[in-house]
Amino acid sequence: MKIFVCVKQIPDPNTVESKLDPATKRLVRTGVSLVLDPGDETTIAAAIKLRDSLGNSELTAISMGPASAQEALRRALAMGVDRAILISDSALAGSDVLGTARTLAAALKRENPDLIFCSTESTDGYTGMVPGAIAEFLGLPQLTFAREINVEGTKAVIKRVTQTGYEVVESPLPAVVTIASGSFEAIYPTMKGIMSARKKPFSQLSLSDLGLDPSQVGEAGAREQVLSIGKAEARAAGQIIKDEGNAAEIIADFLQRHQLL
Amino acid sequence: MEMPSHADEERRLLVAEIRRFVERAVLPAAQQLEHEDRYPSELVEELRRLGLFAATIPESYGGLGLDLLTYVQLIEELARGWMSLAGIVNTHILVAALITQYGTEEQRQRFLPVMAEGRRRGALCLSEAEAGSDVQAIRMTAMRDGESYLLNGAKLWVTNGVHARILAVLARTDPQAQPSYRGMSLFLVEKETPGLHVGRTFAKLGYKGVDTAELVFEEVRVPAANLLGGVEGQGFKQAMSGLEIGRLNVAARAVGLARAAFEDAIRYAQQRRTFGQPIAEHQAIQLKLADMYTEIEAARLLLHEAARKKDAGGRCDLETGMAKLFATEMCQRVTLEALRIHGGFGYVKEFNVERYYRDAPFMLIGEGTSEIQRLIIARQLLQRYALDEQPS
Repeated sequence: MKIFVCVKQIPDPNTVESKLDPATKRLVRTGVSLVLDPGDETTIAAAIKLRDSLGNSELTAISMGPASAQEALRRALAMGVDRAILISDSALAGSDVLGTARTLAAALKRENPDLIFCSTESTDGYTGMVPGAIAEFLGLPQLTFAREINVEGTKAVIKRVTQTGYEVVESPLPAVVTIASGSFEAIYPTMKGIMSARKKPFSQLSLSDLGLDPSQVGEAGAREQVLSIGKAEARAAGQIIKDEGNAAEIIADFLQRHQLL
Repeated sequence: MEMPSHADEERRLLVAEIRRFVERAVLPAAQQLEHEDRYPSELVEELRRLGLFAATIPESYGGLGLDLLTYVQLIEELARGWMSLAGIVNTHILVAALITQYGTEEQRQRFLPVMAEGRRRGALCLSEAEAGSDVQAIRMTAMRDGESYLLNGAKLWVTNGVHARILAVLARTDPQAQPSYRGMSLFLVEKETPGLHVGRTFAKLGYKGVDTAELVFEEVRVPAANLLGGVEGQGFKQAMSGLEIGRLNVAARAVGLARAAFEDAIRYAQQRRTFGQPIAEHQAIQLKLADMYTEIEAARLLLHEAARKKDAGGRCDLETGMAKLFATEMCQRVTLEALRIHGGFGYVKEFNVERYYRDAPFMLIGEGTSEIQRLIIARQLLQRYALDEQPS
C-alpha cells in the first residue's frame, strides 16, 4: 500500500512563545526555533505502526513549506518514514487553508495514494480544516479523530474518538484519516535512524512541477482574511476542594457535569 | 567540499536528539535517582536504544562510526542532565576503542558487534588498592598456563564494575620486567568467568547511581585468545592510549555539568530578588556569570580541539591532558559559583546545584588526577621545547 502522512514544521511549542504579527495578523515564524509539529509525531507513529503491520507498504511524508521544512521531513525519515516530499515555492508564502490543501492535494494526486494520514489539527494554526479540504480536492472520504486504524481488505476501519468513548467507522480506500492527538505512543528516532535518514529518497517539488498556477495559492490565492486578532482571556483560577470526607464525591460530580465521566 | 558540512549537519542533529532525550527522560528523573543512589536501568536501556553504546564503534562492526568530536558533544549533553550517565557510557566506549585499535581481527569480530548492541557493556580495570596514579605499581598477575592465563589479584574503583560484562584488565604477564610497564598486558575478561566476583561497592560523595566496585580475581582462567592484540607486554601503552578517550569523556562531562550549573544559576539570578531587584542586576553576580560562561566556552574549545586531534590519529596526551585538566578544574569553580549564587538554596537537596557541587570533585580524580595531567602536560612540553644541547 502507498501510505502518506502530511506534516508541518512549526515554531517549537516547547521553547517559543507564540506571537502574532499585528501588521500581517499572522503567526511569527521567522527568527524562532522550528520543529516538526509534535502532533505530527503521533500521526507519523500511527502511520508507521500501520505500515509495519501491513507489510509490503511504503510510507511517505509530505510537507509544504520553506526550505527549512526539510529538517522536519528529515526528522520524519529518522523516525522511520521511507521517503519524503517537500513542496517549496516562493509563491506559496501566505497560503491559507485553501491554498495549502490545494497544493498538498495536487502533489498527493500524482502519487495515487491508498491512505493519507493527517493530524487532526496543527499545533500552531489549529484550524483543523486542511485534512477535510484535501479530501474534498481529491474527492476522497475522510475518517476523523482516529485513535486506532486498521485496513481490512479494501476498507479502512477506525475507532473514532467521541466524547464518551469511541465509535467504529469504516470507509473504502483510498481515504484521508485524521489521527486524534496523543492516541499513539511517540517514536523517538535513534542515532542510527538519524544517520540513515540522509540516505532515504527526498524530493522537492515546485508549483510548476504540480501544474498549479501561482494565482491559485499563496497570498494571491488566499480567500481567508484575518480581520482582527486579540489576546485570549486569562484562564480562570481553578477550584480548590478541601477534603472533608466528601472530596471524591465533589470531584466525581464536577467531572460528570462536564461530561468527563 | 560537501563532506564537512554534511558531517557538521549530522553532528548537530545527533546532538539535538540527545538533548531532547535528556530533557524528556533524564532531567525529570535524575534528582530522585541520584538521591536514592539507584542504578538508572531504564535510562541505560534508552541510551542503548538511542545507540550511545555504539557511538564510536566502526560501522563495519555494527557501530555508528562517529568521530570523537561528535562523541564529546553527546557526552556534554548527557552530563548536562546527569553526570553519572556519561560515566556509564565512558568505560564501555573506552574498552571498545581499545579493541578497535589494538585487538586482533578475531577479537574485533567477537566483541565489537556485541558491545555495539549495548547489552554487554565494558569496564576498564586498572587501579588497585596500592596503584592509582602509579599504574606501574599494579600487582595483579596473569600467568600463562597452556592455552590460557590465570589471573590473580584485585582491582579497585572499577566504574560499572557490577553491571559491565566485558572487562579490560591490566595485569603483569612478566613480573620481572624492567621497567615494569614492559611486563604488563591487557586481557579481555568476560564477567561470568569463574573465580571473578565483585568484592564490594562504594558509597560516594557524588557520582551516584553508577556502580564503583572492587573486583576480585581468584585463579580466573582467561583464554590466551583474549590477550588484547595477542602479544604480551603491550598492555600499559594500550591502556594509556585508551585513557586519552577517557580524558576526553571526563572533560566533556565537566563541560556539561558546568553548563547545567551555569544555566541554573543564570535563571535563578533573574528570579531571586534582594535589595529590591533581581540579584542578576547586582554587579557581584554579573561578574560571576561572566567568568563562569567564559570559562565554560574556553574549556569546550580545548575539548573540541583535543577531540579533533585524536580523530586525526596518533597519541595526543598533551591536548587531552590540557582539556581534562582545565575543564574539570573549571567545573569545580563553576559549580561552586553556582552554589554561591543560589545562596542557602544552593546547599539544600531540593535544588540540582547541590548535586552538581557534589559531582564536580569526582572529575578532578577520575581518569587521572589534575596533578597527573599537569605532569603529562609538562613532560610533553619539555620534549617539545627540549634544548638542542644541554647547557654546561
